[in-house]
Amino acid sequence: MRIEEHPILKFNKGKMIKFVFDGQEMEGYEGETIAAALHAAGVKVLGKSLFLHRPRGFYCAIGNCSSCLMTVNGVANVKTCVTDLEEGMIVEIQEGRGVIV
Amino acid sequence: MKQAEIVIIGGGPAGLCAALSAAKSGSNVLIIDKNKNLGGQLIKQTHMFFGSEKQYASKRGIDIPEILIDELFKYKENIEIKTEATAVGMYEDGIITVLEKEDNYYKIEPKAVIVATGAYEKFLSFPNNDLPGIYGAGAVQTLMNVYGVKPGNKVLMVGAGNIGLIVSYQLMQAGVEVKAILDAAPKIGGYLVHASKIRRMGVPILTSHTVKEAIGNEFLEKVVISEVDEKFNRIKGTEMIFDVDVMCISVGLTPLNELLALRGCEMKYIPQLSGIVPVRNENYETTVENVFVAGDATGVEEASAAMVEGFLAGLCAAAKIGYKPDDFIDRKNDYIKQLNNLRSGPAGKHILAGIEQIGR
Repeated sequence: MRIEEHPILKFNKGKMIKFVFDGQEMEGYEGETIAAALHAAGVKVLGKSLFLHRPRGFYCAIGNCSSCLMTVNGVANVKTCVTDLEEGMIVEIQEGRGVIV
Repeated sequence: MKQAEIVIIGGGPAGLCAALSAAKSGSNVLIIDKNKNLGGQLIKQTHMFFGSEKQYASKRGIDIPEILIDELFKYKENIEIKTEATAVGMYEDGIITVLEKEDNYYKIEPKAVIVATGAYEKFLSFPNNDLPGIYGAGAVQTLMNVYGVKPGNKVLMVGAGNIGLIVSYQLMQAGVEVKAILDAAPKIGGYLVHASKIRRMGVPILTSHTVKEAIGNEFLEKVVISEVDEKFNRIKGTEMIFDVDVMCISVGLTPLNELLALRGCEMKYIPQLSGIVPVRNENYETTVENVFVAGDATGVEEASAAMVEGFLAGLCAAAKIGYKPDDFIDRKNDYIKQLNNLRSGPAGKHILAGIEQIGR
């Protein structure tokens, strides 16, 4: 769901790169955030709530609300709405609080 | 420990103008911003600004950071910029702790600090309000205008203030259908010029309406709304169902200023300024000496006022630590006059009523 034409903005997209989301290979652009790339690929559910396991998506998209935390390259609780997508990243839906050490 | 003259926390409209103003007076300035790029939320404002020329009226918000950064470049000997750096603490001894790029943690001892940390989006309570697809209006703006990604196909906008109206228009510019805008208040809160534009495009604005519940399994599928009476109680039998995959929440912002509370500044709850704000004097200095504030962190307004507050706080902070220019009084009076002009409309009355309570 990318914007193809816009009356005011031109989107200078970076190069197309591959990443893995929950075992599935996906594509996104360099320079965009993980959450933006996932959303463009139609992925809205980024996590599960701690106790009731309800689906979680982002809310603020600027790193304030912590609703978009995921495990990225094995590191838990990454704010995917403000973290840039990188080639070959392994992005996973996190179970519970995530393991820090 | 890093030494600094004036540390500015937040490089949005208020922070950039504060930096410019302080550097112009001759002070060294260190800007700390948690984002990759300076400009704060200006980077997603595709609409043209109101106000007067001095606040970059009729320029689009997205073009303003570049203008300010170019201007800052004139004082590049005086200015240091740290991006992807978060101010995580401000302590009683004046020390600021910063975490830069996940692994570089250090302390700064400034002579003065200007907190320009902005605001964050409020939320609304209704059943299933945690479903993915329910996003803050600012989030939708970021997704569309910064990354070129559509939030979904059909949107219901909650809140007919300026942000709700502007973001609705921007959604249509991005090719997304806006089904309706609703607001619990009996009147449209935003400027009528924005509201008329939306209505001309065929989008109904339903005042005295609120969200009853959101429906969906993994993500939003439907929203049930209903009319409310003058006491904001839902009226039975007035329910309407919208098939939408996005609901945008635009019910206002609240100041983001925990650092000031942490530092020991006296804080006050002032509804007209949208939340808890620091007590300050007319120089934008808080109750803690040499700790200044500017922009939405001192009460939610809009970017034009934030910029002027930044200029004023930057001027006063620099003067306080020994950089008082010859034209100090003229500059100060000019900024105060600009703020008074910006606050002369009906929305300004509300703000002024809030500011009246801000003194001790």
